[in-house]
Amino acid sequence: MAQVSDVADNQPPQTKTLRIARFNPEKDNEKQFVEFSVPVEKWTTVLETILDVKQHHDHSVAVRYSCRQATCGSCGMIINGKPRLACFTKVSELDSDVVTVEPMNNFPIIRDLAVKFERLFDTHHKIKPYLDREDTELESDAKEFLQSPEELEKYIQFANCIKCGLCNSACPTMATDSSFVGPQALAQAYRYVADSRDKGKDSRLKIIDDSHGIWRCHFAGSCSQVCPKGVDPAMGIQLLRGYMLGFRS
Amino acid sequence: MVDSIEFDLIICGSGLAGLRAAIAAAKKGPHLKIGIVSKLQVMRSHSVSAEGGTAAVIQEDAGDTIESHVYDTVKGSDFLADQDVAERLCVEMPQEIHQLDHWGMPWSRKEDGRIDQRNFGGYSFPRATYASDKVGFFEMQTLYDTCQKHENIEYLNEWFATSIVHDGKKFMGLTAIELGSGTFYTIKGKALIIATGGAGRLYSFSTYALSSTPDGLDMGLRAGMALKDMEFVQFHPTGILPSGILITEGARGEGGYLLNNKGERFMKTYAAGKMELAPRDIVSRSIMTEIQEGRGFKHETGVDCMKLDLRHLGDEKIKEKLGGIREISIKFSGIDPAEELLDIRPVCHYMMGGLHTDIDGATEIQGVWAAGEVACNSVHGSNRLGANSTSECIVWGKITGELAAEYAMNNTTADQWPHHLVAAEEKRIYDGIFRGNGDANPYEIRQALTDVMNEKAYVYRNETDLVAGLKKIRELKAQTWKHVDDKAKEYNTNFSNVMELDSMFRVAEIVLIGAINRKESRGAHARTDYTKRDDTNFLHHTLAYYDPNEPIMKTHPVTITKYQPVERKY
Repeated sequence: MAQVSDVADNQPPQTKTLRIARFNPEKDNEKQFVEFSVPVEKWTTVLETILDVKQHHDHSVAVRYSCRQATCGSCGMIINGKPRLACFTKVSELDSDVVTVEPMNNFPIIRDLAVKFERLFDTHHKIKPYLDREDTELESDAKEFLQSPEELEKYIQFANCIKCGLCNSACPTMATDSSFVGPQALAQAYRYVADSRDKGKDSRLKIIDDSHGIWRCHFAGSCSQVCPKGVDPAMGIQLLRGYMLGFRS
Repeated sequence: MVDSIEFDLIICGSGLAGLRAAIAAAKKGPHLKIGIVSKLQVMRSHSVSAEGGTAAVIQEDAGDTIESHVYDTVKGSDFLADQDVAERLCVEMPQEIHQLDHWGMPWSRKEDGRIDQRNFGGYSFPRATYASDKVGFFEMQTLYDTCQKHENIEYLNEWFATSIVHDGKKFMGLTAIELGSGTFYTIKGKALIIATGGAGRLYSFSTYALSSTPDGLDMGLRAGMALKDMEFVQFHPTGILPSGILITEGARGEGGYLLNNKGERFMKTYAAGKMELAPRDIVSRSIMTEIQEGRGFKHETGVDCMKLDLRHLGDEKIKEKLGGIREISIKFSGIDPAEELLDIRPVCHYMMGGLHTDIDGATEIQGVWAAGEVACNSVHGSNRLGANSTSECIVWGKITGELAAEYAMNNTTADQWPHHLVAAEEKRIYDGIFRGNGDANPYEIRQALTDVMNEKAYVYRNETDLVAGLKKIRELKAQTWKHVDDKAKEYNTNFSNVMELDSMFRVAEIVLIGAINRKESRGAHARTDYTKRDDTNFLHHTLAYYDPNEPIMKTHPVTITKYQPVERKY
């Protein structure tokens, strides 16, 4: 049995500067940064500092959040220049006295840090994100479709997508082509194509076989770098292209 | 004129119950216009945070039986569950596991390709069906993605419902604010399913999402429905410090130990037969007793805690089966459970109580059903077993989805729209809250309210604390917090936050009054001044109805079919 220390070694909170990008398209001409001084302990997350401001300094800060444990996908934003989840970014790991938060790129701003997700939800919908088989099989009273742990392993990484939008925010192609389907939806197309229970590969590949679809990606790879859940959309896109070029069946 | 839209069926809430209901309704009525109203974007509800499992009997060939699941549930409930309802859960659930599989659920598998199950607290058979330790997340994804197949489901993302419009008997519609634009709407409909989840943010130390406030419970209460059994609040034994984020019971299901400061697996004193896998009420009480008797630890934040040891499970098993909680522990507490002990403490996790419904999820208003944690059909009685809540959401999502769809197909919308009720609701929220004045900071009041609940109505309760808690809640309620400083229309979460707080006061009072009135110890309600269960005086459900001055309290009988109450031992 290892010895467990019960001695309190709590450090007093430090103070950091939080810069929040404020912007209401209905009223303002441009984004303005407003600075606040916030208390920070070793486990304080960026979301907690934003909520500290909202609760104690300025109730009007507009920010989307919910689970505070990197599962619901609400609080994606640009933190010190990089797309991250605010609840899953500790201030201490930023290694900076100033924390700057801005809305995600490639998403229209509703207000301050809250952005519109319609494009992401539409593209996700478009790639048929569900098992494609006969209804008589999908809606039957039969037991489970068999799937080995190895077959599960082929797609489970891609099923970790929380639809937070960070990959789309990081994608340079999303910024220049407003019709591009984007890494989030393409990764989900791969998730279902790679699922041994699915039989809709051809129809799904047809949907993304488009100049604004799978071929538009030029492998900057930034989507995979920013995913907070370890999903690798760039690899998914590559594997999908493999199917389409006949390298995989 | 107030802006107005119309659906055949409105589903308020977008967690597991709401999404399962939407699919059931869309299948039953392919021509119905179905609208899911959620104050969040619909795939972000708190159900995503369910971790460990979904209980179902799918291994009858290996010896599991429906009857055993029913009895475990009834015994776990400390005999307050309605036994016909518990049976319904267990009978309906196995097919739902397979249905989810057909819809793409990535259940963890055995080598032969069949769905695997793990151990969970209070069960006589390992029947928690799992997908790593992200069960709720994957179930939500499966249901949301399956919803995409049904073109008759519409998503009202970030609409905050404020009231149920009805004529005293029959459902007519909702009022709601579209948060993005700040527009106040009426949403007319023939049928409604309330699936807004639990309200664990009444407590400051909580596993719940920050959005889990009692708006839906309160909306039903104000519409004239009873809240049932609200005094029964589940404290999960293992909330990690300092955040309160859940460490799944699956961690103990996979073999984790709870240790006191003597290095002992102290559960041997309290439930030698089940050890760490006793039901949650018993494990949480055991932890608090150990702490009170000086065998606990102090976390570096100064909070008392106990230790959860997973090290002996080994790197590989932790990575494969408990990857989510490992990530959480490392990120939020700086501890890798493969190498160090976790600091845990009982944490508000579930509300057994909710809107009073019958076995079909029907409420006291015609055309309105309730499903999932917001509902109290009495399947869990006074203590829910782990892995039975995701099951409940799925089963009653399906049941209410089908019934409400059928009802919507056979009924019409009201011809006389009660404009005066909508005007009164507009006045309540805009004059009473949005344009209110005052000095008290509503966020500080909310913090104080949740601290009171944590201090006075936690794992162990007594008359003095509960009465003091109620007094304190009423003092806070009387302060001038009903104002919104953010005057913008667009995405005004300051406004919704104050409406949430308004609902918290009414529901917190009912939790406390129910707890004061129940002078016995049963399930999750443990009184140090009435330490025994008292079936003579308290084998009944508590009902609370809205009244502007003080809730009106009543009782309701428990349905006992096969199992007479006996002493609960593990």
